[in-house]
Amino acid sequence: MTLLVEAQHISVVYNGQAAVNDVSLSINKGEIVTLIGPNGAGKTTLVRAILGLAKISSGLLTKKPSLSIGYMPQKLQIDSTLPVSVSRFLALASRQPKDVNEALSLVRVAHLAKHPVQAISGGELQRVLLARAILRQPELLVLDEPAQGVDITGQTELYSLIKQIRDQLNCGVLMISHDLHLVMAATDKVICLNQHVCCSGHPETVSNDPAYQELFGRSGADQIAVYHHHHNHEHTIHGDVVECKHHA
Amino acid sequence: MPDFMIYALLGGLGVAAISGPLGCFVVWRRMAYFGDTLAHSALMGIALGLLLDINMNIAIATVCIFIALALVILLKQRQLASDTLLGILAHASLSIGLVVVSFIEDVRIDLTAYLFGDLLAITPIDLAWIYGGAILVGTLLALLWRSLLMMTIHEELAKVEGLPVDKLRLVLMLLFSIVIAVAMKIVGVLLITAMLIIPAATARRISNTPELMALNASLLGMFSVGLGLTLSYFTDTPAGPSVVVSAFALFICIYLVRPQKT
Repeated sequence: MTLLVEAQHISVVYNGQAAVNDVSLSINKGEIVTLIGPNGAGKTTLVRAILGLAKISSGLLTKKPSLSIGYMPQKLQIDSTLPVSVSRFLALASRQPKDVNEALSLVRVAHLAKHPVQAISGGELQRVLLARAILRQPELLVLDEPAQGVDITGQTELYSLIKQIRDQLNCGVLMISHDLHLVMAATDKVICLNQHVCCSGHPETVSNDPAYQELFGRSGADQIAVYHHHHNHEHTIHGDVVECKHHA
Repeated sequence: MPDFMIYALLGGLGVAAISGPLGCFVVWRRMAYFGDTLAHSALMGIALGLLLDINMNIAIATVCIFIALALVILLKQRQLASDTLLGILAHASLSIGLVVVSFIEDVRIDLTAYLFGDLLAITPIDLAWIYGGAILVGTLLALLWRSLLMMTIHEELAKVEGLPVDKLRLVLMLLFSIVIAVAMKIVGVLLITAMLIIPAATARRISNTPELMALNASLLGMFSVGLGLTLSYFTDTPAGPSVVVSAFALFICIYLVRPQKT
């Protein structure tokens, strides 16, 4: 296994508050790592830190030398005064028109090639952004809520697509997701984040974790019930981390 | 046609040609007010040029670059809204320029010429500056076109993909400063932004790729120069404002006639 990214005890401070606190994680080649956590848990901040877009206040982040990254941002706002079609937008990532069409077909939006980027729907845009990330033939694919604005059938399809891309390119994948039950099937490692890493592990081991259940509620956990993890702490009412009282 | 008209036409066409593609970036990146602030600071450049007795074009470009750098740093602080900050700097630099000029003895400048341009006073030396600047800016734009476009579409995506976004932003500032310096004579401090954004905004209506929009903006700008100078020649209207009025007339016509191209 080739290690692509390794974060050791990294923290990111925003306005005096730790948005990400003492997080360690690693992403290997061919591995899908999913970040889950409630709103404001610091998921996007952590991803931005790994991408080099947010400054790390402490800890150590090591990346494989000359790591090529394909990034799919949460949204894309292009000013309507900029006339740019989907295929042109993709062509900025690759000079080969054949590649552009292939990538669009792979994510099943080939029919949108001539449309202006500003005129396609949110779900279509997610696919186009995914196509663009693939075009760069990345070693690491980073996806910030890839299924945002995609309907439920589309979501399942999108996650299996991501898995398929991983198999094809043998790249590492780091993604943020809210769709717990959908994402479980297509992920190798789940990291449950709430400023710090609450729990992490294989999907089967995380969902039964009390820390996870506390964050997402028991019903959410019951729906999935494929993820249990070794939890070693609880949250007080103030969110402080305390040692677990009923540790197995 | 008298010599001064030929020089005016050549100078105007050169500035319009290069304002087209650069103006597109102003429109795409929503930098109209930013460009305005830089243009206002050109008056400080004139004061500096008179004080130190150096070439006006160089003095203006230098001051513009410094103001641009200051703006980039100040805008990152995020304590004041960017339009407030730009408003403060635009008018402060304009006023500082005017006050400093008034202190210089033995110099009586024609303020109107600096504020609204003095197209009919273009000399062959001015033409050399204009075309030199236009060639430099045009070459850099052509070389960096893809990167600048990518940065305009999504700055962070561009950064993750390995583009030197901070450096590109600086280059864009440098290009603005050069164009403002050479365009001063043509349309003056107050109307430079108009030459950048009006043809670009008009071109949006009839273009469906970024490159076509840049080309159309140049052509529309050049057409406005021709139209404005003709108006000025026959009816004795001020040249710079006549060019801007022509550009505006084209804008109105195209917006009335054509639906927006996607």
